[in-house]
Amino acid sequence: MEAFELLLHGFHVLLTFKTLALMLVGLVLGIFVGVLPGLGGPNGVAILLPLTFTMDPTSAIVMLSCIYWGALFGGAITSILFNIPGEAWSVATTFDGYPMAQQGRAAEALTAAFTSSFIGSLIAVLLITFLAPGIASFALRFGPPEFFAVYLLTFCSFVGLGREDKHKTIISMTLGLLLAGIGMDTVSGQLRMTFGWSELFRGINFLVAVIGLFGISEILLTMEERLALRGHPAKISLRVVLRVWKELPRYWVTLLRSSAIGCWLGITPGGAIAASFMGYNLAKRFSNDKESFGKGRIEGVFAPETAAHASGTSALLPMLALGIPGSGTAAILLGGLMVWGLNPGPLLFVEHKDFVWGLIASMYLGNVVGLVIVLSTVPLFAAVLRVPFAAIAPMIVVSCAVGAYAIQNAMFDIWLMLAFGVVGYVFKKIGIPLAPFTLALVLGNRAEDAFRLSMIGAGGDMGVFWSNGLVGSITTLALVLLFWPLISRALGGLQNIFGKR
Amino acid sequence: MADSESEIVVDDPSAPASDSPAVAGTRSVDIVVSLLLLAFAGLMAFDNWRTGMGWAPDGPKAGYFPFYLSVVLGAASVFGLVKAFWDRKSEDQVFVTRDQLRRVTQVFIPTLVFCVCTQWLGLYVASFLLVAGFMRFVGHIAWWKSLVTSFVFAVAMFVTFDIAFDVIMPKGPLEALFGH
Repeated sequence: MEAFELLLHGFHVLLTFKTLALMLVGLVLGIFVGVLPGLGGPNGVAILLPLTFTMDPTSAIVMLSCIYWGALFGGAITSILFNIPGEAWSVATTFDGYPMAQQGRAAEALTAAFTSSFIGSLIAVLLITFLAPGIASFALRFGPPEFFAVYLLTFCSFVGLGREDKHKTIISMTLGLLLAGIGMDTVSGQLRMTFGWSELFRGINFLVAVIGLFGISEILLTMEERLALRGHPAKISLRVVLRVWKELPRYWVTLLRSSAIGCWLGITPGGAIAASFMGYNLAKRFSNDKESFGKGRIEGVFAPETAAHASGTSALLPMLALGIPGSGTAAILLGGLMVWGLNPGPLLFVEHKDFVWGLIASMYLGNVVGLVIVLSTVPLFAAVLRVPFAAIAPMIVVSCAVGAYAIQNAMFDIWLMLAFGVVGYVFKKIGIPLAPFTLALVLGNRAEDAFRLSMIGAGGDMGVFWSNGLVGSITTLALVLLFWPLISRALGGLQNIFGKR
Repeated sequence: MADSESEIVVDDPSAPASDSPAVAGTRSVDIVVSLLLLAFAGLMAFDNWRTGMGWAPDGPKAGYFPFYLSVVLGAASVFGLVKAFWDRKSEDQVFVTRDQLRRVTQVFIPTLVFCVCTQWLGLYVASFLLVAGFMRFVGHIAWWKSLVTSFVFAVAMFVTFDIAFDVIMPKGPLEALFGH
C-alpha cells in the first residue's frame, strides 16, 4: 500500500497550524463565492489566486482547492433555498431541492445535498489516490509525440463530444490556441503576432484572460437579469442531519451510480454540468415512482449533487497525472501551478511529492471540514444574499482588477481583462463555449512545443504519431472523436439499411 | 422541520422589464462576431506567413503552427457566417433588450472609468470611488452607507494585499502622501 503511506505523508504535510488555517479561510471564502450571484467556482478561484502568489505552493494549492470545494458546497444553498442555481451544475438540484424547501423541508434538502456532495467527492478522491500515481508513472515514459497525441485527444474530444455547435467549439479552441501563441516563440525565441507592440512581447497571460472571461463577463450577465429573490431561510438541526443520514443506505444504488457517472465525465472533458443532469435523469429512469420526481423527492437531490461533485473532483485527476485539466477550474489551478514555478505533468509525482500528496490529503480533509462548516452555518451564508448586489458588483470588479494586475504587475493586463470581459459576455450570449477556449489558452504552448519537438525528433515525418502502438492508438482515438458526430451518423445510417433488410 | 421565520426577500426595482424591445438579434451579433473573427484570422495568418510558416531544416518554423490555426479559425468563421445567413428563415432570438443593455452599461461604464482612474489615482482610491459611486447612483443606497462601506472595503483591500500578502498594487498621489 504505497499510496496509503504517501497519503499519510500528505496528511503530515498538511497538519500544521498555518495550512489548516488557510484551509478554513479557503472554505469560508469558497462558500461565500458560491452563494454570491455572479460568481462561482472558476471565477472565485481565479479572483482569489493573487492571494496565493507569495505563499509556498503547497499552502497555495490547499487554499485554492478549498475555495473550490467551498464554492461547490455553496452552489447548493442558493439552488435549494432560492431556486437560483449558483452554478450551471446546480440546475438539476433545484428540480427537487426547491420543492422540498417550499414544503418546509429545506433543512432536509440541504443536508441531503451537502452529504451527497461529500460522498461524491470522497469517491472521486479515492479514485485519484489510487489511480493517479499509476497513470503518472505510466506517463513518465511518454515522449513529445505521446504528449502531443494526448493533447490532441483532449482537444478533439471537446469538438466531437461537446453539445455546442461544432464550428463554435472550433472557433473557441483555435482562438485560444492562437492567443496562447502570441509573444515569444519558446522553441526559436522569435517574436510573433506582436505587431511590434511591446506590451504583447510577454504574451497574453492565461489567468488575466480567465479573470475577464469568467469574472467581468459574469457580472455583466448577472446585471441583465432580474435580481429580486424570495426564499426560505433554513437552520439545520442535528436531528435532521441524523435522520437524513439514517436514510442514506437506502439510496446506495443512486449514490454509487451518480458517483460513477461523475468520475467518468470529470476525467473526460464532459464536465460537472452534464454529470449532474445525467445523474438526475438516470435516477428518475430507474425509479419505481417516476411521478414523484420534481415534487420534492430527496433522491432528486442526492443524484445530481453526488454526480456534480464526483465530476468536479475527479477533473483534478488528469491535471495532476498528465498536466491536462478536466474542467475550467482545474485549468485555473494548472495556471496557478505555473505561477508557483511548478511544471505540471507526470513528473510532479516524482519531484514534488509533498505538493501532490498534500493536495490529495487536503481533498479528504477539506471535504470533511467543509461538510461540517456548511451544515452548521447555512443561515449565515443565506443571509449574504440580503446584501444588495449594487454593493457586491463593484467589489467583485475591484477583486478582478487586483487579480489581473498582480499576476505580472502590469496595468496593461487590467485593460486586457476588461476586453476579455466583453468577449466573454458576447461569446456566452451567442453560444460560443468558453471551456475549450480556456483549455486551449493554458495548453496551447505545451501542445505546440510537443508537436514541434516530435517533428524535430522525427525529421518532419508526421508518421511519428503512429510510430508505436501507444501513440498510434491515442492519435487514432483522437481523430475518431473529432469526427464522432459524422461517424455516429454513418453508423446510424448503416444500421437503418441493415435493419430494414 | 419547517422554519416559519419570515421569508428572505430582496427586491430589484430597476430590473429590466420582460417586454422591453430588442436592441439586437442574436443572428446579427453572430454575423458581426464571425466577420471580426475572420478579420482577426486574416491578420494573424498574414503575420505568421511573414514570420515564416514553412519548414526549416530542423522542423516547423515559428509561424507554422499558428498559421494553420488561423486558417482553421478563418474557415470556422466563414462556416458560421454562411450558417447565419442560411438560417434566415428560422425565428431570430433576442440578443439584448433595451432594458438589459441599460443595466449592462450601468456596470460597464463605471468599470471602464475605474480602469482609467486606477492608472492615474492608484487602485485603492479608484476602488473607493467605484464602490461608493456604484452603491449611491446605481443602487440608490444612502450616502453615508455607501461612503462607509467603500472606505472600509478599500482599507481592507490595502491591508490584505499590500501589507498582509505583499501583493503590490498600482498606487497614486494619495498613497504617496502617506509614504507608501
